[in-house]
Amino acid sequence: MASKPQLSRLATLRPRKLHARATEFLQSQDPDLSESQRMVRESIAKICSDFPDEYWARVDSSHQFPTELYDALAHQGWLGICLPQRYGGSELGISEAAVMMQTISESGAGMTGASSVHMNIFGLEPVAKFGSDEQRERWLPPLIAGRERACFGVTEPNTGLDTLKLQSTARRVGDEYVLSGQKIWISTAQQAHKILILVRTTPLDQVQKPTQGLSLFYTDLQVPQVQITEIAKMGRAAVDTNTLFFDHWKVPICDRVGAEDEGFRIILHGLNAERILIGAEALGLGFAAIRRAALYAQEREVFGRPIGKNQGIQHPLADSWMKLEAARLMIYQAARLYDEGYTGGEYANSGKYLAAEAAFEACERAILAHGGMGYAKEYHVERYLREIFIPRIAPVSREMIMNHIAERVLGLPKSY
Amino acid sequence: MASGLRILVPVKRVIDYAIKPRINKAQTGVETTGVKHSLNPFDELSIEEAVRLRERKGPLKVENILALSAGGPKVPDVLRTAMAMGADRAFHIDVPESADGGPEPLTIAKLLRGVVEKENINLVLLGKQAIDGDQGQTGQMLAGLLGWPQANQASKIEIKDESGTVEVTHEVDGGVETLRAKLPMVITTDLRLNEPRYASLPNIMKAKKKPLEKKTLADFGVEDTRRLKTVKVTEPPPRKGGGKVEDVDGLVSKLKELGAL
Repeated sequence: MASKPQLSRLATLRPRKLHARATEFLQSQDPDLSESQRMVRESIAKICSDFPDEYWARVDSSHQFPTELYDALAHQGWLGICLPQRYGGSELGISEAAVMMQTISESGAGMTGASSVHMNIFGLEPVAKFGSDEQRERWLPPLIAGRERACFGVTEPNTGLDTLKLQSTARRVGDEYVLSGQKIWISTAQQAHKILILVRTTPLDQVQKPTQGLSLFYTDLQVPQVQITEIAKMGRAAVDTNTLFFDHWKVPICDRVGAEDEGFRIILHGLNAERILIGAEALGLGFAAIRRAALYAQEREVFGRPIGKNQGIQHPLADSWMKLEAARLMIYQAARLYDEGYTGGEYANSGKYLAAEAAFEACERAILAHGGMGYAKEYHVERYLREIFIPRIAPVSREMIMNHIAERVLGLPKSY
Repeated sequence: MASGLRILVPVKRVIDYAIKPRINKAQTGVETTGVKHSLNPFDELSIEEAVRLRERKGPLKVENILALSAGGPKVPDVLRTAMAMGADRAFHIDVPESADGGPEPLTIAKLLRGVVEKENINLVLLGKQAIDGDQGQTGQMLAGLLGWPQANQASKIEIKDESGTVEVTHEVDGGVETLRAKLPMVITTDLRLNEPRYASLPNIMKAKKKPLEKKTLADFGVEDTRRLKTVKVTEPPPRKGGGKVEDVDGLVSKLKELGAL
């Protein structure tokens, strides 16, 4: 075959190369994907193939934001995948966005790569849905073009998942609101230009329903009244996570999204979508882990034969693949339902739960399949394990998901 | 004569270059079912070049870029890719899928001649070969059939003036050679010509709305006659492990021993 030397030449001449084994090995032929999902998967896989595992290991140890991937995705128009075409987006659904996030994560980028763009993908949905024309015109184009990065501020140190008890406040003074309080677990805040932030505008004891009294703002973050402090954490060091303290932070009234006191209802709208995306990101990392483990098991020889010949190595990986696939089916079912207008949370939450747990087990097994090498950073799977805790814990804990299912699906009394 | 460039870019859907091909059980060809396919890399270069000719705004404006591919029902995938990269429209020549590698280069060259004549094309940009059959014949045959000048394995293409003078540089043994010809002409592309872009998401979405017409060989008066018969396709013999030598002297004596020196 005369093509051989040409092919190797092709590979060395051009920086872009696919993980041949990865795409051939797993998931490239998912028979259930729609044509547009497949298009997303192939396009994103191409872009991500310029960012191998070594890149992600490097940004993890140097704590550098993966600007290169972010810019590549922005440049190719991917940040606007779900946003309106009028503002430069492509108006695809969560079904496609989930494929995008899974594929980014699965390339070896893991939660680092996924989190670097996660907020852009769906975070501004409240603005797209509830913002005024003027606000959309002002905010969406720079976000889609990648000129402005945004972060998301809901969680507070003293309230955790009890979102309705948020303590940060905004006081209306003339044409402005004055914000005071604190937020925690705010990813990418070190460099984000904007923040979508939920704070209390009417005290809890003065509202008719506990879901009222919170308001949503989208505003400039890098101001002296906001103190941003990075939290050192277990994994995903390249994408910062922070606490925010703010006092006398003046925010113009034109930066409020939707009506005053209606912020919770607005934010609720995107929560299922966020769970679907996080679940898809977890899946990607799980598949990446078993892919690395399977490849390693094929080439690593001990006792005169590849360790992959042993069922003790094979079966846990096969079991993990089945569990990941099962979770994938639920995630994509949730995504399809979401795109069709279904508002229930049981599939989005359960899919996130199952995906994160399956992926965690896959990452653990990948390390064990590598033996001692799995503990070495060089083999990347330890990085996956450190990152896979994120979708297990965030944006909602496993326990709260089980509470949700117990209450909403099984009709059991609220336990908390 | 040439008021603008009307470019034809024939493309082929082939097994992805990163995938290791396997011979099918019947030993009639390469296994293609369930294998990732993509746009032939050399054809990606021709599309990219056609789009760059438009973007360069040279002495001749690009009026139209027509992508074309012959094959089965999955062929529109690569045509959409071509249009996402910048082709304006596409022809899908419907040819049933077959395990024997599909129509021969001469058939395709005759088809392309028909398209060139009907669509008033004045520049054909082809990949120098498809990475599945590696025949590397279609471009040359097409130039022969049309009686047009050809420049093969281009590493640089320049439109010099409004009258359609084209300079094409290509690599030859011992250096580079520059050819000059007048439109209309046929150019085949090589790897050093450019680095193809990724289609952006908005352009992928726009490509879905660009016209893709389905046609047949008969529309261009061509029949899928086969002149060649594939007798058997086999894997190359497995490589035998080599031996190690200590130093240069060891290497020389080993080579002598094997009768190579």
